[in-house]
Amino acid sequence: MLNCDAAVVGGGMVGAAIAYGLADLQLDTVLIDEGDVAFRAARGNFGLVWVQGKGVGCQAYASLTRRSADNWPKLSEEVGALAGLDIGYSRQGGVHVCLGHEEFSERSILMKQLQVETKGQFQYEMLDHRALSELLPGLGKDVAGGSFSPLDGHANPLFLLRGLHTGFRRRAGRSLINAPVRSIRPRAGEFDLDAGNETVRAKKIVLAAGLANAKLGPDVGLRLPVYPQRGQILVSEKLRSFLPIPTLHVRQTTEGSVLMGDSHEDVGFDDGTRPDIMAEIARRATRAFPFLGRARVVRAWGALRVMTPDGMPIYDQSKSCPGAFCASAHSGITLAPIHAFDLPRWIAEGALPREVGAFGAGRFRVH
Amino acid sequence: MFTKIGAPDGDCVKVIFEGKEVAAPRGQTVASVLLAEGIRSCRTTPVSGEPRGPFCMMGVCFECLVVIDGEPNQQACMTFVREGMLIKRQHGVAHIGPEDTAEQDPLE
Repeated sequence: MLNCDAAVVGGGMVGAAIAYGLADLQLDTVLIDEGDVAFRAARGNFGLVWVQGKGVGCQAYASLTRRSADNWPKLSEEVGALAGLDIGYSRQGGVHVCLGHEEFSERSILMKQLQVETKGQFQYEMLDHRALSELLPGLGKDVAGGSFSPLDGHANPLFLLRGLHTGFRRRAGRSLINAPVRSIRPRAGEFDLDAGNETVRAKKIVLAAGLANAKLGPDVGLRLPVYPQRGQILVSEKLRSFLPIPTLHVRQTTEGSVLMGDSHEDVGFDDGTRPDIMAEIARRATRAFPFLGRARVVRAWGALRVMTPDGMPIYDQSKSCPGAFCASAHSGITLAPIHAFDLPRWIAEGALPREVGAFGAGRFRVH
Repeated sequence: MFTKIGAPDGDCVKVIFEGKEVAAPRGQTVASVLLAEGIRSCRTTPVSGEPRGPFCMMGVCFECLVVIDGEPNQQACMTFVREGMLIKRQHGVAHIGPEDTAEQDPLE
């Protein structure tokens, strides 16, 4: 029996960030991870810290995203210092490249709507081909323009994941690996988690198990309708730096690799790749940046996003089992500061504030 | 470090490595020819600048990258030698980018 103040189920981007934050608040925290058999959205991530376009029609999500992105410099510095690594964060803005005038005008409407809904908090510019060429060299003729927001940025998601785990251990957190949680039993205000060969007894638990939250939630009275949505990514050989800022579909890492991606596929629990989808990703990337056609692709993978029916995260505490919290999100990188700084504080205090009420699991209840 | 075994070198082609002529047995890969010549490093990494050389010899590790006939980032272990092949070390990242021309042919 392993006793602790808080047990976090899931060592991916969301769980690792929450455990990292809980350990900083002096809670004796155990991070339980299924092991490398898990569907690891955290390892398939594109690495954008993305604000533009998020939260149209939902101000709570727009401001959560904004607040998180604004706290990224702090997270980057703190994790970097604690773990002794550079997680490659930069915030020089980001671009959504629009192919054709139809995409451009649709994008203009969406961006305007977000700016109006956020009462001007969301800053952006629509740039035509000529203006965009000042920011991104080598644009193809199909590029009508794009939306630029200075609020966007990017980072190395693998270094962030490693940094959060290292930081968690430096803060005296304990990790239990290769320990799939099979069941959770609430008992007398505490929870017994059946995890691999171990039983963990915790005063508080946080479900951050990605897609497995759907299965584990009901054990503590939470209905969490998350489902997989596949995205594929292509990676090029390392190239001399040419993309100073990331775009939604193409970004260049600090080391020089070019990542191309952003497919959205409904294929169940299949995290493989498909040539037709990869071809489409490459086609879009080379229409935007024709010279990329000469670059070699050296790796490709698929990964499963943790989607919710409305695309927004779920943060909640069980009403029938107080002390049981959950966090489900597909934007694990953008929202990492929320997960590392804010959620742990609320969990430690024992209540989620009204400002995150919009993210409760109750919104999916069938009336 | 490496010793040739089996049949003696019969049919050879001439390749040029960094300006120096090398007799290379037909049917061998660029990587095996370089190793047989005692050339252990054929590139420097884009990140740290450290020297690297052929490692896996089967196309997965990308440690053996060289410039062949002007094409950067070629896998030496997956490329058979040809008569007159010009092989150079791959120093750091490949130079492909939009800066030199508008959009058509940015390969340096």
